Amino acid sequence: MKNYLQLNLSLLYWILIAPFTGQFFKIGPIFRQMVAIGVRATPMVALTAFSVGVTLAMQAAHSLESLGAEMYIPDLVMLTLLREMGPVLIAVIVIGRSGSAVAAELGTMKVSEEIEALEVMAINPVQYLVVPRFLAMMVMLPALTIFGNYIGILGGWAVCRFALDFNTAGYVLRALESADTWDLYSGMIKSVVFAWLIITISCNAGLTVEGGAEGVGQATTTSVVQALLAMLVMNAVLTGIFFFAA
Amino acid sequence: MNANAENVIEVTNLVRKFGDRTVLDEISFNVHRGETVVIMGGSGCGKSTLLRHMIGAMKPTSGIVKLFGEEITMMKERELERVRLRFGMLFQSGALLASQTVGENVALPLLQHTDKSVDEIEEIVKQKLQMVGLTGFEDLKPDEISGGMKKRVGLARALALDPELLFSDEPTSGLDPIMTAVVDELTLKLTHGTHMTAVVVSHDMTSAFRIATRMIMLGHGGIVAQGTPDEIRNSPNPEVQQFIHGEADGPVPLNLSQEEHEGHQQVKPRPFIAARDRFHRKTA
Ligand SMILES: Nc1ncnc2c1ncn2[C@@H]1O[C@H](COP(=O)(O)OP(=O)(O)OP(=O)(O)O)[C@@H](O)[C@H]1O
Ligand SMILES: [Mg+2]
Repeated sequence: MKNYLQLNLSLLYWILIAPFTGQFFKIGPIFRQMVAIGVRATPMVALTAFSVGVTLAMQAAHSLESLGAEMYIPDLVMLTLLREMGPVLIAVIVIGRSGSAVAAELGTMKVSEEIEALEVMAINPVQYLVVPRFLAMMVMLPALTIFGNYIGILGGWAVCRFALDFNTAGYVLRALESADTWDLYSGMIKSVVFAWLIITISCNAGLTVEGGAEGVGQATTTSVVQALLAMLVMNAVLTGIFFFAA
Repeated sequence: MNANAENVIEVTNLVRKFGDRTVLDEISFNVHRGETVVIMGGSGCGKSTLLRHMIGAMKPTSGIVKLFGEEITMMKERELERVRLRFGMLFQSGALLASQTVGENVALPLLQHTDKSVDEIEEIVKQKLQMVGLTGFEDLKPDEISGGMKKRVGLARALALDPELLFSDEPTSGLDPIMTAVVDELTLKLTHGTHMTAVVVSHDMTSAFRIATRMIMLGHGGIVAQGTPDEIRNSPNPEVQQFIHGEADGPVPLNLSQEEHEGHQQVKPRPFIAARDRFHRKTA
């Protein structure tokens, strides 16, 4: 916990203060991490989001048909995706795929003395390794979430169009009408907060590895479990704040 | 400046414990500018640990380490970075960044700490790799080269900023005799030509006697002997003689296995380990 707070503080220093002392972050490594963390996760995100969109539409059809309220299927798909399913499920995918990879990579660097070597070369590991991953995650998770929302809505449309007798225009209009911008923004705020949690937990797990290859394996597992828990608890808290307390 | 300015490294009463095991016990020595000090001693006696304390990667249990006249044991990370820019370190494992090519590894300190252009850096990288006999390997990844080559890349990286002080942990282990000579020549050239100071950990006695201006032998947590190569060569200490001549039979405790202590287990005698063989004959 102490390590985790220290990591966050030093991250804040390198992102908010250091640029004003002339130490800018390099763009190259950030883009490389954006590809590793985000772009490579798009196929999985797309598949997940599409399945979720389809499932939501089917469940909605099942429940709403009995009430004679099929016309609200797009509303339900849209709101559930934007507010909850989109940010949470895409965070789950990114934790499993990119968070674990970051923890394993940094952990391997730790046990093979690479981190120590960086320090001895007067290169700060937080600045050199964590900052690019952090910025990449902060950009890519919200971006993936928006992307996933689109695909999920597409999944809902597929069900409505081919299994129920919606026409495309009707689905789109209904979907757009149901959601307001706050639904989108609340999801985006969530995914920004999740991005912070995921990347700091993964980096911290990697940087504090001890005990060789076995330690790296343990740290990777721990990082996934911790990130999932933190993310889900945070989701409940944010939903409470956004839609309950207000 | 006072006379102390001559001392590039001052180690005073350095103690390091891991748990209740004391690995370094009250070690004190100085290294003057331009010297090449070779640290030797049996495997596991704490040579790498001693180096780690000298570069500020580990904090001592007690004692003082000064580099360039400044105490580093109490320093904050930020101050330490300033001192670290003045020395290079070759790790026992090489410690190359696995995700970057050989060329990028050597370029790393230059990219981070100088304002040189990409072309200039490329030129320097080429030149440093040439010094260690690795021209043309720039684009390979560390896991595509051999252990001895990694060592030499590590050395090239340690020398990238032309440091005034070089630490190297077994620079020649894993190298063939010719490459060992090349690396030794390089160390000699740098210490003579640019007055670089070097602290080298080595098991390789030929290489050690070739480069050392002073030798320190560690053992039992302390300094067993120190002196010029000639003094070490003619040392009356039987432990030193056993070490530099590489004999299995002698006063250095071997701790080869638990059986010595248990005494009842029947093991196949291994004729090439004279000390143990004799032990078993005695107890049989
Ligand atoms: N991080 C650590 N935690 C616990 N014990 C350690 C640690 N690092 C080193 N040691 C112990 O300190 C002792 C000295 O280790 P060190 O790596 O310095 O040996 P060495 O002299 O460099 O050996 P070699 O010649 O094999 O490289 C060993 O007994 C080792 O078990
Ligand atoms: Mg060692």
